[in-house]
Amino acid sequence: MSYNVATAALGHTDRGEHSSHRSPRPPTLCVHRLHTGRADRTFSHYDGLYPGHIITTPFQKALLAVGSGVVALQDPYRHDMVAVLGETTGHLVLINLRDRMRNDPEGYTVLTERPKIRLSTLDLEKMASLPDGSFGREYLRFLEDNEVTPDSRAEVKFVDDEELAYVMLRYREVHDLMHTLLGMPTNMLGEVAVKWFEAAQTGLPMCALGALLGPLRLNTRRLQSLFTSLGPWALQNGWQARCVLSIFYERRWDQSLEELRRELKIQPPPVDFTKRRKNGR
Amino acid sequence: MAASMRLLVRQLARLSHRKVTSTVSGVSCRSACCWRTSSGRCFSDAAEDRSTHFGFETVSEAEKAKRVYKVFENVAQKYDVMNDAMSLGIHRLWKDVLLHVMHPQPGARLLDVAGGTGDIAVRFLDYVRYQLERQKRRDTPSGQGSSWQDISDDRRRESSAVVCDINKEMLKMGKQKADRMGVVSGLSWVVGDAEELPFDDDQFDIYTIAFGIRNVTRMDQALQEALRVLKPGGRFMCLEFSKVTNPVLARLYDAYSFQVIPVLGEVIAGDWKSYQYLVESIRKFPNQQEFKGMMEDAGFYCVQHHDLTGGVVALHSGFKL
Repeated sequence: MSYNVATAALGHTDRGEHSSHRSPRPPTLCVHRLHTGRADRTFSHYDGLYPGHIITTPFQKALLAVGSGVVALQDPYRHDMVAVLGETTGHLVLINLRDRMRNDPEGYTVLTERPKIRLSTLDLEKMASLPDGSFGREYLRFLEDNEVTPDSRAEVKFVDDEELAYVMLRYREVHDLMHTLLGMPTNMLGEVAVKWFEAAQTGLPMCALGALLGPLRLNTRRLQSLFTSLGPWALQNGWQARCVLSIFYERRWDQSLEELRRELKIQPPPVDFTKRRKNGR
Repeated sequence: MAASMRLLVRQLARLSHRKVTSTVSGVSCRSACCWRTSSGRCFSDAAEDRSTHFGFETVSEAEKAKRVYKVFENVAQKYDVMNDAMSLGIHRLWKDVLLHVMHPQPGARLLDVAGGTGDIAVRFLDYVRYQLERQKRRDTPSGQGSSWQDISDDRRRESSAVVCDINKEMLKMGKQKADRMGVVSGLSWVVGDAEELPFDDDQFDIYTIAFGIRNVTRMDQALQEALRVLKPGGRFMCLEFSKVTNPVLARLYDAYSFQVIPVLGEVIAGDWKSYQYLVESIRKFPNQQEFKGMMEDAGFYCVQHHDLTGGVVALHSGFKL
């Protein structure tokens, strides 16, 4: 899996205008390609609005949406297809999300400073030394327990606006943090619960589709758990919580998880998966 | 005589330029200056100065070879699936037509360059084995077993196919496929560059290159190498995407190529850009007449071309005399 290392914060100092039609700004971040395993690294130039942008006609977007939907249904492990589905169907919702972020002071900061969650930008030692119950420590525990990494994020390719592409990318990065905040594991049930939350929060069609079709892959006991306790809890919290994309998570690692939940108006999960894991379930 | 001298000089140059010529750019500069042993940079400098096309982009020749290699390394896993999806299975018919026009006889030696996943070579072996079976059935009345004479005749008429490709990933996929199909004997897999083939002169009866020559950086060199390794009387056959003359079909084909194929690439193989390159490279390839001219310039005789599927694919054939 290849990954970019953004070595410097984006030099987007010129933030005077707030027009919705921003002209493409030349990127000033340094991107080092460390491992050229993936196909998209073959082409060293880019002629879209951002690195990795592929310009597509509406017809192609429609085809992509249908094709990626079919493949994602058949093979849920094709995360790149889920990502493509999200990008090709989420344009209007992304605009809505971006506006919500702009209207929130912290969200506006996120949009301006464009933080990216990458293994290279995380100070893992510092996070590991944080007290238990702090957001950063719990996030690290989540990464270790589920053996995931923040770098396995698919790139944004088909969004035709540079800022909206960042919003999409931020949504993907925040997904893991959602798992931590909601206390959900990365098994199918946990993923569906997070999808329900995200569908209620963001309204992204891809989330809604995942929320509708994900349960088809659950066994009866888990379905029961979903419909009786987890599901309603996830939906309720999705609707009432503050916009999760507007939080500058990178500055809140040492904040207590409980406090962060209170601030975001997220109630703790009805089922504690961590205890179950400890009991060897 | 001249051929063996050329071979000796080339081998000496190869020894001294081992590091440079073993790069995937594989440019073999034929001007006299490049036989210098003092500086190994001659090859790569020349290749970096000349520019060529990579799809609709302009790049240096050295750059093109590297990027083409990467493209095929990326697509190798899903190459066959994508071929079926993009051409709706018609590529199998094109390859069958190639074999029928070729009509190889038992005992023929085939070199399939840019053979990748081995489609042509496997078809070739099936075809000659079928021909051999038919001949044996015709010649031998039923009930009789094979005599020693028959067995030694068979040995002499044993055909072989060599699949040569610059890309190890494609060869790996091809070998796995052939093993799965049970086609093993008579088939060999060689890593090699079409512009500088690792074979002696006058070795093969038939040289094929199917949907590969448009990816070669210096096509004229590939044609010269083809002429070199063929036996006198040997046949060069090339299948390649070409110009569609019918304007209605051309519009449909363009629309399909540029709108649908990269989407298929993204959905099936997770790789939009490689397939974008593939459809662009088709547009940059010379048309039927131009390619015929290039073959004649290289020294082939009786050059002919047949259009398949309205010109979407052209089959070019020429002889070394």
